[in-house]
Amino acid sequence: MANGSMTPPVATLGAPRAPRAGGPLGWARTHLFSTPGDTVITLLTLAILLYIVPKALDWLLFSAVWGRQPVAACDAVRGEGACWAVVWEKFRFMMFGVYPFDQQWRPALAIVVLCGLLVVSAFKAFWRPLLAAIWIAGVAVTFWLMGGGLGLAPVRTEQWGGLPVTLILAIFGIGFAFPLGILLALGRRSSLPIIRSLSVVYIEVVRGVPLITVLFMASVMFALLLPEGMRIEQLLRAQVAIILFVAAYLAEAVRGGLQAVPKGQYEAAEALGLPYWKMMGLIILPQALKISIPPIVNSFISLFKDTSLVVIIGLYDFAYAVKKSVETDFSWKKYFIEAFLFSILVYWIFCYAMSKYSQWLEKDLARGTHR
Amino acid sequence: MFRSERARNILYQVLLLAAVVGVGWYLVGNTLHNLETRNIQSGFGFLGREAGFEIAERHVAYDPSDSYARALWVGIVNTLFVAAAGIAIATVIGTLIGIARLSTNWLLATLASAYVEVMRNVPLLLQLFVWYGVFTELLPSVREAIEVGGWLFISQRGFRFAWPAPHVGWTVAAWALVAGAVLAGVWRAYARRVQMATGRQLPVGTVSAALVLGLPVLGWLVSGAPTAIEIPVLEGFDFQGGHVLSPEFTALLLGLSTYTAAFIAEVVRAGILAVDKGQTEAGMALGLTPGQRLRLVTLPQALRVIIPPMTSQYLNLTKNSSLAVAIGYPDLVSVTNTTMNQTGQAIEAIAILMAVYLSISLAISLFMNWYNDRVRLVER
Repeated sequence: MANGSMTPPVATLGAPRAPRAGGPLGWARTHLFSTPGDTVITLLTLAILLYIVPKALDWLLFSAVWGRQPVAACDAVRGEGACWAVVWEKFRFMMFGVYPFDQQWRPALAIVVLCGLLVVSAFKAFWRPLLAAIWIAGVAVTFWLMGGGLGLAPVRTEQWGGLPVTLILAIFGIGFAFPLGILLALGRRSSLPIIRSLSVVYIEVVRGVPLITVLFMASVMFALLLPEGMRIEQLLRAQVAIILFVAAYLAEAVRGGLQAVPKGQYEAAEALGLPYWKMMGLIILPQALKISIPPIVNSFISLFKDTSLVVIIGLYDFAYAVKKSVETDFSWKKYFIEAFLFSILVYWIFCYAMSKYSQWLEKDLARGTHR
Repeated sequence: MFRSERARNILYQVLLLAAVVGVGWYLVGNTLHNLETRNIQSGFGFLGREAGFEIAERHVAYDPSDSYARALWVGIVNTLFVAAAGIAIATVIGTLIGIARLSTNWLLATLASAYVEVMRNVPLLLQLFVWYGVFTELLPSVREAIEVGGWLFISQRGFRFAWPAPHVGWTVAAWALVAGAVLAGVWRAYARRVQMATGRQLPVGTVSAALVLGLPVLGWLVSGAPTAIEIPVLEGFDFQGGHVLSPEFTALLLGLSTYTAAFIAEVVRAGILAVDKGQTEAGMALGLTPGQRLRLVTLPQALRVIIPPMTSQYLNLTKNSSLAVAIGYPDLVSVTNTTMNQTGQAIEAIAILMAVYLSISLAISLFMNWYNDRVRLVER
């Protein structure tokens, strides 16, 4: 079949129908030069791209300083080429923050374990009770690697930093918020007025305030709320704040799924005489959760980006480690753009992969229900 | 008794309520005890005390000798200002990019997709750091400011541009603009009612334009027609005169609006795709012009799909403006943070912070719900 048969997403009626022809020329005619206005747009865009892209590529790649090089090499091409040497120079600090230098294989391994958890959870074949066991094992191994004990030198959480902290905050954030979110969603859909109003108030208040205020609260107020003498580490405080925050958003995602389950399913479960928890656990939730998986993945992507806000309460996550790595070194400070671009690339790879996965999953799950 | 479902339900709820109250009681008790041992006085009395810190950027009068309440008010106005400007710019950029993504022009559509995929998959905080870094580190110093046409000076101290010299005429014109917009709205509603009742079409576009443009010009003329423009001049260490957009504000505004625009683009795209092609065809069959088709057929239906997700994007932008604290724009969070550090009144300060954000969220939701009701499909 010729390329010309591909219909553009929105056909403007009244515009002259482009002649159908195969090959690259035909494709260009339908997709780039179909009307005079189209041609003008294409040529203008091309002109701008031809101006910008070579310059950008030159700065990013060809004139850039690659590999482990002294700062003088960068100063020599300042303004003409990017200084990727800053990434080589500061790589360990960006990735692991102030974690003891000789122990940094441990957070490196923790990154592998955490990414492994993500990948395993992405496969539908693993969506069984086994997954919970894998998660518990993954969490335990991560904390053993990061914190030490059982033969490893102990490292206090104040020294944890870099990418593992970002991954821990995001992955455990969503993992622990998940059950809480389900309870809140069920509470909001409940017929019991007190339970419903408590859930509604919690969800709406949390969704109405920025994450920063919740982090502030955790950072400043936990010390006041707890009995005298009891202290919680900063990392745990931020983690609890993130869990409480994300639970409200997950609750809304799950509520969407609960509402989408046909009413007949509820009635059938009641007709079978199932009590509430059996009805929810065996009939409703399995269907509702399947519907709400794509929005849950989207919540996870926002959470992954939002963990960078812990910078504001001074926690050494990946974003803060990158910022500090260049800020604290006067000679490299002027190459902060390259350092930030590197961190942007890392975040982008994670988020883009997850958003592509979410889109694929949505289609895949929809196909399942249509069968 | 436990066999009765009603009794059980009441029991469960009472138990939950008791648990919530119990935990709350325990936490409050701890807090009161902690406050007592640390000798912190609770209460909102600190709001009346002298703030004593400078706020670099403000849209209402403020002096370090003013009270904390006044300082917080400056922060609130700053937050609202950057959020309103951000919402306006993000809507424009987002709509353009959303439409571009649907273009039959492959190049344009691909570039628009690339924009969306890059912007929304990178943390806003990092984007703000980059913008702020560019504006404060890479731009030239004040002495070597980049001059554009003699009226715009770009330097590390921000964007300083020529601005009309203060004169009562400009104030009058600004208020006349507001009055013109309100009157145009009233006229539109009246014209619609007349059309509903009699079928007669009153000129809406021209009259609205005349009101919105004409009233300010008239007000400006009547109040003395000031024409003096202040050109920034380099004096000592900084420019004097004209108007300045600080690097903090510009970075925050650009970061917020370009980031949110990526999400708005997706919302707009989904909204346009949701309108059935048959609707456009039906409009053509009725002999409507392309402009009328867009205004009367496509947009009203697209808006119905667009408004709810657009509301949450506006709310997100407003909440995200709290990231200002990371780059030093004195928004509500920054001012509250300073207040908290100076007074030690953490609980009260955070309570104020949350209350303000909740009110803003609620106000935006209420307004958008009202607007949504107006454009909703009237079901038979």
